[in-house]
Amino acid sequence: MTIAVGQAAPTVEVRAEHHRQDQARSGLRYLARNRQLVMGLCLLGLLALFVILGHIFYDVSKYKPLSVPAGRAPAAAFPLGTDSQGRDLLAVMIAGTPLTLEMGLMAGLLGTAFGTILAFSGAYYGGWVDATIRGVVDVGLTIPTFLVLIIVAISIHSAMTIEQMALVIAALAWLWPTRTIRAQVLTMRERGYVHVARMSGSSGLKIIFRELMPNLLPYLGASLVASVAAAVLASLGLEALGLGAVDAPTIGMTIYWVIFYGALLQGMWWWFLPPIVVVVMLFMGLFGLSAGLDELANPRLRKEV
Amino acid sequence: MRLDYLAKRLLLFLIVVWVSATINFVLPRLSGGNAIRDTLIRQAASGGYVQSNIDQMVAEYDKDFGLDKPLLQQYAIYLWNISHLDFGFSMASYPMRVSTLMAGALPWTLALLGMSTAIAFTLGNFLGALLAWPKTPRLLVNVLLPPFLTLSAVPYYMLGLVLLWLLAFQTRWFPIFGAYTPGTIPDWSDFEFWKDVAWHMVLPSLSIVLSALGFWALGMRAMMVTVQSDDFVQFAEAKGLKSRTLFVRYAGRNALLPQVTALGLTIGYILSGALLVEIVFSYPGIGGVLYHSIRSYDYFAIQGIIFGVIVSITLATLVLDLIYPKIDPRITYSKS
Repeated sequence: MTIAVGQAAPTVEVRAEHHRQDQARSGLRYLARNRQLVMGLCLLGLLALFVILGHIFYDVSKYKPLSVPAGRAPAAAFPLGTDSQGRDLLAVMIAGTPLTLEMGLMAGLLGTAFGTILAFSGAYYGGWVDATIRGVVDVGLTIPTFLVLIIVAISIHSAMTIEQMALVIAALAWLWPTRTIRAQVLTMRERGYVHVARMSGSSGLKIIFRELMPNLLPYLGASLVASVAAAVLASLGLEALGLGAVDAPTIGMTIYWVIFYGALLQGMWWWFLPPIVVVVMLFMGLFGLSAGLDELANPRLRKEV
Repeated sequence: MRLDYLAKRLLLFLIVVWVSATINFVLPRLSGGNAIRDTLIRQAASGGYVQSNIDQMVAEYDKDFGLDKPLLQQYAIYLWNISHLDFGFSMASYPMRVSTLMAGALPWTLALLGMSTAIAFTLGNFLGALLAWPKTPRLLVNVLLPPFLTLSAVPYYMLGLVLLWLLAFQTRWFPIFGAYTPGTIPDWSDFEFWKDVAWHMVLPSLSIVLSALGFWALGMRAMMVTVQSDDFVQFAEAKGLKSRTLFVRYAGRNALLPQVTALGLTIGYILSGALLVEIVFSYPGIGGVLYHSIRSYDYFAIQGIIFGVIVSITLATLVLDLIYPKIDPRITYSKS
């Protein structure tokens, strides 16, 4: 805020300030009630802090094989130790956490976006469009996604990149969002304010973007977070099978190397504990965020748990 | 009509099987790779000598596997073959059929998965119901809830790694890998062998149970909270029924229904997780075979296994769906 504006309209400024404080206070009060949301944000924030500080204060290039002495237990020089291929595990975690998240985010975003479009088109057009979408989703959800992903991944013969992994996972990530968002749209379509908008002559698109979307936003957020979690889980599984981006230092590839080189038999606990801790923090953070957003979208849940 | 529903449900089953078979057929061909050529080149490379007539060999094998025929004809032959569970030969362990490979592995997976899911589902739902019950001591809730939340966030196989390290490597209480002590000849009439098998199964199933326990407990807790405030429970309480009757027969039974539905919906996820657990423990089940097939680029085996697993899961879901009215008498599938 510039001084000139403050001088010109001090009362407005003060009122706005008050208003902002009120908003901030009621926001804080809400957060105190929605503990899941806070837990989720805190855990994800911790991870983000770890990655950012790591990139600033640590030599991340040591994630590459053969860059440090192999098989060292955690010590001052290597806080999380090194693996048997000469990677510094702290550097691997700093470099790999965002890569794993990137895959999850890309796949989750694509899946949720595509699912939202399909859900709205189905609910909007009805008839055979809706029937087709519903049929495809019903069949698709009966087939275990992870197994189809394995087939897709082995069909791509060359070694995959992070982006290709994300696309592979996104190929099936839209099924679940389509079903849940469609159900939500269907109930919302029958609400009073939508009827009013329709009777006052709003076009279908206007109803979708002006009436339905704003009300659906928290729900879409929760659905996005759940898709990201599912995508991360799928990427971890594919990578653990050795179907991932072999050169990338992602969390899943670390698990793959742990199994591949028998880290357990060598007693190298520092090799597999860090990725597991990151995974637990990530999933708990995402679950918390998703449940928190769900509560925000669905106030009726509040009194229940 | 019951019959109506049954027909619709069977049709969905057939469509799912057909779709997954088609995915299995189309996807590898879309990518333009030739599995046989890849394998031959890889073998030549690892053998260390230059293969001069690879093209000729590929053509020869293509003819053997029927890959030189027009695509539609191949598709028809493929559908016919898998309709009687013939997945062809394994490329890695050649004279062996993929179906033989799977038949050897399937019992291990079924035993591991069945037992751990049964335990996790029963125990998880019971504990979850307890967590929501007002008469449960607060201490128990506070002790159980955080670990449940944490454990349900760990993928089974990662929990397996930790358990393996703690209970097999550090303390040597449990065996490190396999389904029975290496070197013993499987003899199912011998009680000692049964004991050995059970001993080897503890850790893999524990990693599934511990992780799944949280999932079921949290779901059941949420359901119980909802059911408890329902009128019929309050009425039963007002009638002065015993607390245990209320817990088991009124609230518990009704809260359990959505959990059974959830079991049907998540059985695919549970199985995918269990496959990875088998890899961590070098268990000789389907997951172990799948892992080795992927590592040896055994395409036919991978496809056969994936298809087999998809069909079994779809079948399991179908069965669950059909017995659901037995559990919930309100559902008669009269009209949908």
